[in-house]
Amino acid sequence: MNRHALAAIYRFEMARWRRTLAQSVISPVLATSLYFVVFGSALGPRIPVIDGVAYGAFIVPGLILLSVLTQSVSNASFGIYFPRFTGTIYELLSAPVSYLEIVLSYAGAAATKSIILGLIMLATAAFFVPLRIEHPLWMLAFLVLTAVTFSLLGFILGIWADGFEQLQLVPLLIITPLGFLGGAFYSIDMLPPLWRGISLANPVVYLISGFRWSFYGQADVALAISLAMNLVFLAVFVAIIAWIFRTGYRLKT
Amino acid sequence: MTAAGQAAPAVDAIISIRSIAKTYASGFRALGRIDLDIRRGELFALLGPNGAGKTTLISIICGIVTPSSGTVLVDGHDTVTDYRATRSLIGLVPQELTTDAFESVWNTVAFSRRLFGKAANPAHIEKVLKDLSLWDKKDSKVMTLSGGMKRRLLIAKALSHEPRILFLDEPTAGVDVTLRAGMWDLVQSLRAFGVTIILTTHYLEEAEEMADRIGVIDKGSIILVEDKAALMRKLGRKQLTLHLAQPLGAIPAALAPYHLDLANHGADLIYSYDDKGQRGSIADLLRSLTELGIEFKDLHTTQSSLEEIFVSLVGGAR
Ligand SMILES: Nc1ncnc2c1ncn2[C@@H]1O[C@H](COP(=O)(O)OP(=O)(O)OP(=O)(O)O)[C@@H](O)[C@H]1O
Ligand SMILES: [Mg+2]
Repeated sequence: MNRHALAAIYRFEMARWRRTLAQSVISPVLATSLYFVVFGSALGPRIPVIDGVAYGAFIVPGLILLSVLTQSVSNASFGIYFPRFTGTIYELLSAPVSYLEIVLSYAGAAATKSIILGLIMLATAAFFVPLRIEHPLWMLAFLVLTAVTFSLLGFILGIWADGFEQLQLVPLLIITPLGFLGGAFYSIDMLPPLWRGISLANPVVYLISGFRWSFYGQADVALAISLAMNLVFLAVFVAIIAWIFRTGYRLKT
Repeated sequence: MTAAGQAAPAVDAIISIRSIAKTYASGFRALGRIDLDIRRGELFALLGPNGAGKTTLISIICGIVTPSSGTVLVDGHDTVTDYRATRSLIGLVPQELTTDAFESVWNTVAFSRRLFGKAANPAHIEKVLKDLSLWDKKDSKVMTLSGGMKRRLLIAKALSHEPRILFLDEPTAGVDVTLRAGMWDLVQSLRAFGVTIILTTHYLEEAEEMADRIGVIDKGSIILVEDKAALMRKLGRKQLTLHLAQPLGAIPAALAPYHLDLANHGADLIYSYDDKGQRGSIADLLRSLTELGIEFKDLHTTQSSLEEIFVSLVGGAR
């Protein structure tokens, strides 16, 4: 293990994050805080409680998870795309660094950032709505799992992308809609049967359901299924990355 | 035919390239079956016209480009199966000016060192930055550097992990005259220190002055590998020009064996020769001139430069 390289890349990526703190932390926190204000404080009291949870509190896990998800994807994709774009990737490719080390450092840094972001948002939410976390360890586990899984997806995106548009379009056109329709704002039990069935094809439903269960003890789908789906995504992304590295796809000519 | 069927690496080879070929995804064949040994501690100049395949070959050795076939051994290790060992030994200064933008000079050089698996060593980074006249820029952001400074920064990054082999892919492009001289001093001191250096350049005087051996690559094939001194001797034409006291209208028949030329309206007599065992012939020529009563006021000799040799090698093939 080239631990020097691992540490160097990780720190390099974290330094990049600190330079752009306003964009990468303050703006998602601010945007989500606005949701808490609108739905938690202003509209919330007029919306009936869902499964015994006040609406303002109900949406907190979903909103946090959405931010963690999108930030993981965009952070990790940018981290590996940028050196490809500028050409500095030559150094990484010519260094005595294994592919495992490259993924661990890039995706690890991206996951770290979004976990920190998730925790900041949790603290912010506590200002606006009454929070309750019934299973804190599970909460952390789901948070970390989601951050890692979607940092890997971001890594794949960053290697696949051919331009900055693709880098931005994928989160915008795929991740965000799936997220909003993934039960962040409602329980899918509230949907008519047809839409409920369709929703079950949305992977984000399982992530949010599991995460919300760790807060309030209620889930749209069974905990075991949520967990299993999380692990399936992880496995799929790991497999794709293994293939990328075996073939040198978009990295080597 | 396999690598086993070919010559074993020379005893002192630090890099052995065997049957390396590269066809890019576009179908373009950039390299065709290259065999080349780089000797430990030498300064090898790889010359060739634009698009000859120099950067491709270097990129294959460094692990950036995957060869279509063939193997490369670096210090006895295979560059594919034992990449950690080979890459740790190599420092690469790429042809393209690709640098980070927002990092400081110091950070980006220190990063390179650790990327190559070495523990942080501020004293070494300081030495490298000073050697490359970048010390006063150490806290500047990379994007504020000039082109020549960025080039030197790339060299600093390549030297940050104390490589035993250094690839310089056109290191002097865009570097001003004074700093270029300083850079060559640095290269010479690295070589004195035992670092093997592989250099590509389009400034042939540099190769002529610095290199121990010269390889010429054209259209993806190595067309010549030779000791620089031997090459200059073998291919470097020499000319003896005699400024005559009295212009000649024509070359006397008695001088025909020397294949002389007249120039400058018969005032200059030119004798072209090479070094291949013709040592006696100048004396013979002068004796013949005396016998014919042809007198000369002055004489001088010229020797063709590497540049002329190079042009005759690859220019003729065009
Ligand atoms: N990624 C690529 N895909 C397709 N063709 C390529 C690629 N990279 C290089 N080539 C082609 O391979 C040939 C050799 O390129 P290379 O960069 O090795 O030349 P070079 O000798 O370094 O030239 P120069 O002196 O201009 O730097 C060129 O014809 C180039 O167009
Ligand atoms: Mg080149």
